[in-house]
Amino acid sequence: MSATDGPGAGILLEVRGLTKIFGSLKACDHVDLTVRAGEIHSLLGENGAGKSTLVKMLFGSLEPSEGEIRWNGAPVRIASPSAARKLGIGMVFQHFSLFDALTAAENIALSLDDETPIATIAAKAQALSHSYGLPLDPYALVGDLSVGERQRIEIIRCLLQTPRLIILDEPTSVLTPQEADKLFETLDRLRSEGKSILYISHRLEEVKRMCDSATVLRHGKVVGHCDPRQETAASLARLMVGNEVQSVVRDPVEGGAAAEPLLEVRSLSRRPATPFSIPLRNIDLTVRAGQIVGIAGVAGNGQGEFFEAVSGEVTQPEAATVRIRGNDAGRLNISGRRLLGAAFVPEERLGHGAAPRMRLSENLLLSRYATDAKAFVGGLGIVRTGAVDAAAQRIIAEMDVRKSARDPEAAALSGGNLQKFIIGRELDRKPSVLVVNQPTWGVDAGAAARIRQALIALARSGSAVLIISQDLDELFEVSDFIAVMHDGALSAPMPIAHATFEKIGLLMGGAEPGHAAPETEPA
Amino acid sequence: MRIELVKRPQQSALFSALSPFIALALTLVAGAVMFSLLGKSPVDGIYYYFIDPLREQWSLEALTVKAAPLILIAVGLAVCYSSNNWNIGAEGQFVIGGITGSILPVLVPQFQGPLLLPLMLVMGAIGGALYAAIPALLKTRFNTNEILTSLMLVYVAQLFLDWLVRGAWRDPGGNNFPRTVTFGPDAVLPKILPSQDTANLGIVFALLAAVIVWFLMGRTLKGFEVRVLGASPRAGRFAGFSASKMVFFAFMLSGALAGLAGISEVSGAIGYLQPTISPGYGFTAIIVAFLGRLNPLGIIAAGLILGLTYLGGEAAQISLGLSDKVVRVFQGLLLFFVLGCDTLIHYRVRLAGFGASKAARGV
Repeated sequence: MSATDGPGAGILLEVRGLTKIFGSLKACDHVDLTVRAGEIHSLLGENGAGKSTLVKMLFGSLEPSEGEIRWNGAPVRIASPSAARKLGIGMVFQHFSLFDALTAAENIALSLDDETPIATIAAKAQALSHSYGLPLDPYALVGDLSVGERQRIEIIRCLLQTPRLIILDEPTSVLTPQEADKLFETLDRLRSEGKSILYISHRLEEVKRMCDSATVLRHGKVVGHCDPRQETAASLARLMVGNEVQSVVRDPVEGGAAAEPLLEVRSLSRRPATPFSIPLRNIDLTVRAGQIVGIAGVAGNGQGEFFEAVSGEVTQPEAATVRIRGNDAGRLNISGRRLLGAAFVPEERLGHGAAPRMRLSENLLLSRYATDAKAFVGGLGIVRTGAVDAAAQRIIAEMDVRKSARDPEAAALSGGNLQKFIIGRELDRKPSVLVVNQPTWGVDAGAAARIRQALIALARSGSAVLIISQDLDELFEVSDFIAVMHDGALSAPMPIAHATFEKIGLLMGGAEPGHAAPETEPA
Repeated sequence: MRIELVKRPQQSALFSALSPFIALALTLVAGAVMFSLLGKSPVDGIYYYFIDPLREQWSLEALTVKAAPLILIAVGLAVCYSSNNWNIGAEGQFVIGGITGSILPVLVPQFQGPLLLPLMLVMGAIGGALYAAIPALLKTRFNTNEILTSLMLVYVAQLFLDWLVRGAWRDPGGNNFPRTVTFGPDAVLPKILPSQDTANLGIVFALLAAVIVWFLMGRTLKGFEVRVLGASPRAGRFAGFSASKMVFFAFMLSGALAGLAGISEVSGAIGYLQPTISPGYGFTAIIVAFLGRLNPLGIIAAGLILGLTYLGGEAAQISLGLSDKVVRVFQGLLLFFVLGCDTLIHYRVRLAGFGASKAARGV
């Protein structure tokens, strides 16, 4: 049981045969992983491949069913996150665990076990943030900070504990391209200090750019260890997905500016509903028949508020603020807007787009009972369960929704399959206007391609499609125009031919169109 | 050794069905312990509470009289609770229903005829619904907590009734007893069959209400709306259902049924208004609703069981000399165990070995 010498030298973390079983599902199946000191090791895989489960076991929040973790050559048992921190493992989560109403320093203090005074923590955090080029005001209220700044708090909180291994879970998913560049500089610096980084991502380009080695997971199993610098993005994708991902085909749009405007938003403003939500500032937007307009932006810049306002979950005082197919819809609720021919897909699948504990057929009724009242609801308000069920099965077949039972609860489906059902539920109506928030968030590559192709097909058949997404690759793939939402304001839509990652990235960071970028970093 | 609760990936259908029975069994065990602590034979105690009242025709009839208001109220509460509105004030709505339903026979005693009783029932239901609309209005307007407001309104209603029967509505020829005039024959809820002693139409109303609400909740769009808004309010808003209208619907439906139960009790079982018209039916119905798993058909069974505790309490008072407060203890135990056993639906119990737990803390 002694540490191996020779080939094992320089190995910080070694995982052998790590397995985690949930019920009948093997989330991780005999996973092997080796992280050397001073390397950035990437963990690649689609959603649901077992990356998060693996990392949770390494960080002590899940107990492995079997297998061995060796730290510095010695077998260890990581029973809790604090045990992981004591070993020298730090983690920056994808979804931040910060309290909006506390300051950065207070949030950091919460995660430290000892009773260091806040002032000391603030001073330490400030020193650390300077030395790593991560500017941060420790006394700023978290609620006032941007997502990138919040991530810095998480990183600094992690660095304060002087870890030897830092786990980053999808760190760039919430950043602008420019913010991501800054993060990469910090990671480079950490590597040069001899720290190891386990970098979880499904963005192949940045993995190729940053990482020294990679472990690829598929369906809970390791399907390959490789050097990402030797691979192409396509070969990495093949490893991740198991086969070639069909690329999305986008026909040229017909009609152009002459096409009928189906969705019009005029001077839409909205006060913040809670102290930490974003106000909407005078938004103007037109989506014409046959077009897909994409709205880019870093999460938390008002996209959720905008979706609520356009969908009618929150109505407007002026009826003409939102027009659907030429009808004033500002005062109509979401059912009224649906009856005008609009359909909506919100960002959150469980609890917003679908009721988790209800069956798929009931979830079909959820958004269709008003528009399909004739088919689905009989006299005395009695639901025609047969018709609803048949329609649900039709959508399931059409969208290739994989499930364990004939008509399971929504919560029993994987994220990608539920999203296919929710999108299919709206497409099945052939809506003239479709507004989608994050259509493929957390959806595997195969399903995402299918969803995108379906959205394009809908637009080309003469509907207006508005897509709000944080995934720039996706927007460039499907949109005819891209606009950027920043701090509750929307930039003028840019034809896709004129849009570049750099231009959109600057707008996402808050630069006004036409202005020179205020502080571009040398690459 | 240490007992752990592990969340189930899906709720257990087996324990959804079993948990009321486990709760009943645990209540009996705890009841037996209580009887022996009181110095009584646990076997006798259980016998007088749960077996003796079932042995005779008249006591079975009495059971339907006790169970009817419980079922009627609990069915309304089930809709309320399914929609995530917490009406704790059914007792108050029951009392107000009793009062508004009694307006005609007390203030216009000369008005008789076949129309009188239906009018009284409708007025009782309307009174209960309007009284329940107060916490609904406060919740939607001012975002107050409906649990507190509906509960506090119970005491307002009880004291209002007390004031009425001692003051304005007191029977002038009643020798100063705090009660109203006795209702005329047309104002009395008839027996189901003329041959019966006590069983009145109340139980028929209760069974009808249970079946109608069961159909409403399971088969209609309105029931779907109730369930969606209760389980996932945000999904309900996305569906286009109005949460504030639902607050009124749920409160007023349960208030109407509680009010109907109130006037049925006054008209069928008592025959006049007096300072107290309910032995806590409105509160006991909360237990009935949960013991019946918020399912109207389950509530019928649960109502009969809780009705039995009232009868058993009377029997035990006579036979064993136990205080009638023991009934409340039983009902409290039952609610406690029902809610406790519901944990088993979402969690499974795991016994973790001592060694493992030590190691987990050790690292």
